[in-house]
Amino acid sequence: MKALRKLLDNIKPHVQKGGKYEMFHSTFDAFETLLFVPNHTTKNGAHVRDAMDLKRTMAVVVLALMPAFFFGMYNVGYQHFLSLGQAASATFGEMMLEGLIKVLPIVIVSYMTGLGIEFIFAQIRKHEVNEGFLVSGFLIPLVLPVDIPLWMVVVATTFAVIIGKEVFGGTGMNIWNPALVARAFLFFAYPSKMSGDTIWISGLTEKAVDGFSGATPLAAAASGNISQFSMLDSFLGFIPGSIGETSTLAILIGAFILIYTGIGSWKIMFSTFAGGFLMAWVFNMVGANASMQVPALHHLCLGGFAFGAVFMATDPVSGARTETGKWIYGFLIGVFSILIRVFNPAYPEGVMLAILLMNTFAPLIDHFVVQSNINRRLKRATVKA
Amino acid sequence: MELFNLFIKSIFIENMIFAYFLGMCSYLAVSKTVKTSFGLGVAVVFVQIITVPVNFLLNKYVLSEGSLSWISPEYAGVDLSFLSFIIFIATIAAMVQLVEMIVEKYAPALYSQLGIFLPLIAVNCAILGGSLFMQERGYETLAEASVFGLGSGIGWMLAIVGLASIREKMKYSNVPAPLRGLGITFIVTGLMGIAFMSFMGIQL
Repeated sequence: MKALRKLLDNIKPHVQKGGKYEMFHSTFDAFETLLFVPNHTTKNGAHVRDAMDLKRTMAVVVLALMPAFFFGMYNVGYQHFLSLGQAASATFGEMMLEGLIKVLPIVIVSYMTGLGIEFIFAQIRKHEVNEGFLVSGFLIPLVLPVDIPLWMVVVATTFAVIIGKEVFGGTGMNIWNPALVARAFLFFAYPSKMSGDTIWISGLTEKAVDGFSGATPLAAAASGNISQFSMLDSFLGFIPGSIGETSTLAILIGAFILIYTGIGSWKIMFSTFAGGFLMAWVFNMVGANASMQVPALHHLCLGGFAFGAVFMATDPVSGARTETGKWIYGFLIGVFSILIRVFNPAYPEGVMLAILLMNTFAPLIDHFVVQSNINRRLKRATVKA
Repeated sequence: MELFNLFIKSIFIENMIFAYFLGMCSYLAVSKTVKTSFGLGVAVVFVQIITVPVNFLLNKYVLSEGSLSWISPEYAGVDLSFLSFIIFIATIAAMVQLVEMIVEKYAPALYSQLGIFLPLIAVNCAILGGSLFMQERGYETLAEASVFGLGSGIGWMLAIVGLASIREKMKYSNVPAPLRGLGITFIVTGLMGIAFMSFMGIQL
């Protein structure tokens, strides 16, 4: 540790202003921040002393993602052996290993691409490398199907980081959640690789197994076969789906971490689930087709609903920022997710698109909340404005 | 129910901006603040809700083939549909003139903010597009045409107000210098389009 500090201190004069390698300043800064707590202080204006800086916030979110991530790896292996008919004989270790082999490359590729672009932008635009991508780069693999070709991960990450984030100025200034932009981009650019029955289970694309359908529960629900996925399996996560989104239980653990540390807004999470439940319940009453008949609670455990509600909708940058706005924003996400699921046969997975849509309108919701606040206070004011 | 479906469809699924990219000029130019864009949006809704039904009646009783037979049976063979562009535009121009006078009288502040874009509604593609879609899709009744006019106008308003609120929020963003202004607005419009694609393919 000391040697590392010494090495950094030795390099430091060269990369600071006026040094020989001044252009690498932000790269150096990023590594120093990653390895040690930097001793920067604000140079002017008001000071806020708080241990909760950007780095720690992002680290907590990554920590909260861990249960979903590890369960996702296990489930990748489990589904793989299930499709081969060896689920009973394969050991826990074998399943984890299979998952690790499949998932780790996606995570590494996503991080390498995204961070590479971040570093390049930081160099050119002379800003610091922010920690924001630590979360986005981890979210992207978790919302992708396991059999996705790695080059598609590269293309999607590039698009998301440049168009979704860097053109707005980087971390904290984007309008849409970069991970969702990546997912939506893939979904519309390569629909054949992003939907279907074979991509959700590792190994099925190369070698189809007779008599085994790898359809996701949502696709099955649309065709009326939801009964083959029990409520308990959907809640625990033993179903095919994107890597990190299957286990509602693991996501709920993450949700508790986020709420306990105050990073994720419980209002958004709660209102999203409430909106989704209400809408699904209304459809249950109507019950006109197979999708509508899926029980409301079951709807919330399927697909990416829980994952989206907990990790994507609560993004403090792209979500609504006013307190009243958060209720409206979350509720509409829930409603639109179920609406798209039920009404749009092309996209059985509506959550990601619903959140993207509400990201679009979050500034508008905030605007009206703020305006109504101003009007209310003006009415109360004794001096006329 | 049928009318309600048409209403929802013309707002979200067949949104003038995100599905057909009509009326982009004023959409891009007048979307700097929510207040102004809301005013323009209301003006567009107002013009749509009048012109589409009026054009519907013109189309049904004057322009389309055999529509003049209500005067006398000998006109049954007359087909004036080649005049529809010019008639539609004339109706729209008259309506816009009316709206302009009303806005100038009752909301002078909005009038000066909208500036040249208020008269330009007359050549807003979304407005003419609304009337032409009405003709092309063959809406049967006056109610259908009115609902379609209202829905498409509201869809356009939703798009421009949404863009304006995003642009207001983006005042805090650090957009690269070459992209500031229109460049980033085009990118934002594209990304909004991706979000709206969630409705593509919904059958109502």
